[in-house]
Amino acid sequence: MIIPDGRELPKSDQMKLTKEEQSIYDGEQGEVLQKAMEILVALGKIYDAEELVPIRSVQIAGVSYKNLGEAGIEYLEWWVEHNANVQAFSTLNPAGIDLGRWKELGFKEDFSKNQHHIVDLYEKMGIVPTCTCTPYEIGNLPKFGDHLGWSESSAVSFANSYIGARTNREGGPSALAAALVGKTPCYGYHLDDVRKANAVFNVSADISSDADFGALGVLAGRETKKGVPYFKGLPAMRTFNFKQLGASMAASGSVALYHVHGQSPESRAGDMIAEDHEEFDIEGLDEAYEYLNTGGDDVDFVSMGCPHASMEEIMIIANMLKGRKVRSPLWITTSQATSCQATAYGYKDIIEGTGAKLISDTCMVVSPIEDFGYDTVATNSAKGCYYMQSWCNVRTRYGSMRQCIDAALTGRWQK
Amino acid sequence: MREMSGRLIKNGRAEGEALVSKKPLSFLGGIDPKTGKVIDRESDLYGQSVAGKVLVFPYGKGSTVGSYIILWMKKEGVNPSAIINESSEPIVCVGAIISDIPMVDKIDLSLIENGDHVRVDGEKVIIG
Repeated sequence: MIIPDGRELPKSDQMKLTKEEQSIYDGEQGEVLQKAMEILVALGKIYDAEELVPIRSVQIAGVSYKNLGEAGIEYLEWWVEHNANVQAFSTLNPAGIDLGRWKELGFKEDFSKNQHHIVDLYEKMGIVPTCTCTPYEIGNLPKFGDHLGWSESSAVSFANSYIGARTNREGGPSALAAALVGKTPCYGYHLDDVRKANAVFNVSADISSDADFGALGVLAGRETKKGVPYFKGLPAMRTFNFKQLGASMAASGSVALYHVHGQSPESRAGDMIAEDHEEFDIEGLDEAYEYLNTGGDDVDFVSMGCPHASMEEIMIIANMLKGRKVRSPLWITTSQATSCQATAYGYKDIIEGTGAKLISDTCMVVSPIEDFGYDTVATNSAKGCYYMQSWCNVRTRYGSMRQCIDAALTGRWQK
Repeated sequence: MREMSGRLIKNGRAEGEALVSKKPLSFLGGIDPKTGKVIDRESDLYGQSVAGKVLVFPYGKGSTVGSYIILWMKKEGVNPSAIINESSEPIVCVGAIISDIPMVDKIDLSLIENGDHVRVDGEKVIIG
């Protein structure tokens, strides 16, 4: 292939392509597959992958209009105009609005129109419009050892760490390319050795509230950066504790895989600590709480469900709220599928009877929250604090589910 | 003048003033795609614009949506003219590929200083 200034593009010789793959790369099977393959081969070359590996499923990020903008829409339209269709089972990340209730909730019409257009484009490519960052909760549930092409940093961390499936942190475009070809270059976390931990954290800090996992993730993510952390000394964890810890480390560092001694599946299957590793002691979490708490004591808005709330979390929240009235607006974000379940079991009525909202399809990270003019937002998501502080320009209060519910009921943050 | 050779990620030629960060950089939430300004409080480039600069940083971090932010910056005309990493990861490298921004990694970043005039030509990085 010749690029505009006349030189040849690097060849794909480092990677062994099958005849079929080579024919796609050479453009014999059309422009769509060729373009997708070009991204995969470029990644494979960069990371010294020896081959492509078939993938079981794909999670595609890059859905909110807030993040995609017009450039992203044009990019997606190109694929649809050329009849692109995915070959691997694929689900979609959250959108910038509740697709059904956007008007009632005060989202702008222009933004909402663009958002629906984006979801339609993905649907036309054969992707299930799940609009959630927790696909594993609603039917995109891989098994131990499966190769995946997932984006969405918190979902990647969950799939690798909690499930023991194998995926790199794909970007939106590389996940889409993997979905279209049904394969991904075999490097990084697809390989045994790379999955071993190189940062061991001996945790003696008191880990007692659900917020402590997100706070721990802030400190561990900073130290680990791109590596693989291994935690010793953690108490028995619930599923959503794994979700919060992973989401936090994906925001504070770029952690895509971690192990918890005796609890995560790979740490139970064998020794997952690399010979060459660093050791860190975490004796307290104050520094993390200080970083996450930039807001005032008056709380304008409370946001829970980042990553999207599971049935278990929704049940806990409904039980805390039952029969009360909220003073500050409280949004609990989840997938449409989980919201339907919550409706069936009566939790949605309990939650919305208090004045709080159970919102589908979106979350505070990808919705245009800055348009609502809040000063201080309270949340139980460390990841949410990172994005709200910078991208949404609001101050944050961070704490446990209990603290967030109390803030919603009283309008004040209680330490 | 000093010439270094790295690993080619996105072929092309570009030059400009180096803007060097010692810290991993997030595009989603880290840079405003409409202005090219760094908005991540934790970044040592906080408040500075990456537009037209040869952007030098160890590697990307943060949300995987970052690739589209790079594409958006390109459409707004506030993209860096080239990207140099110590060891790239998929978010930034795919962003560079789909946005057609020349990119090289496996470069010793300690040899590049803020404000240096830097040329990127394929896998070559020429300083001064």
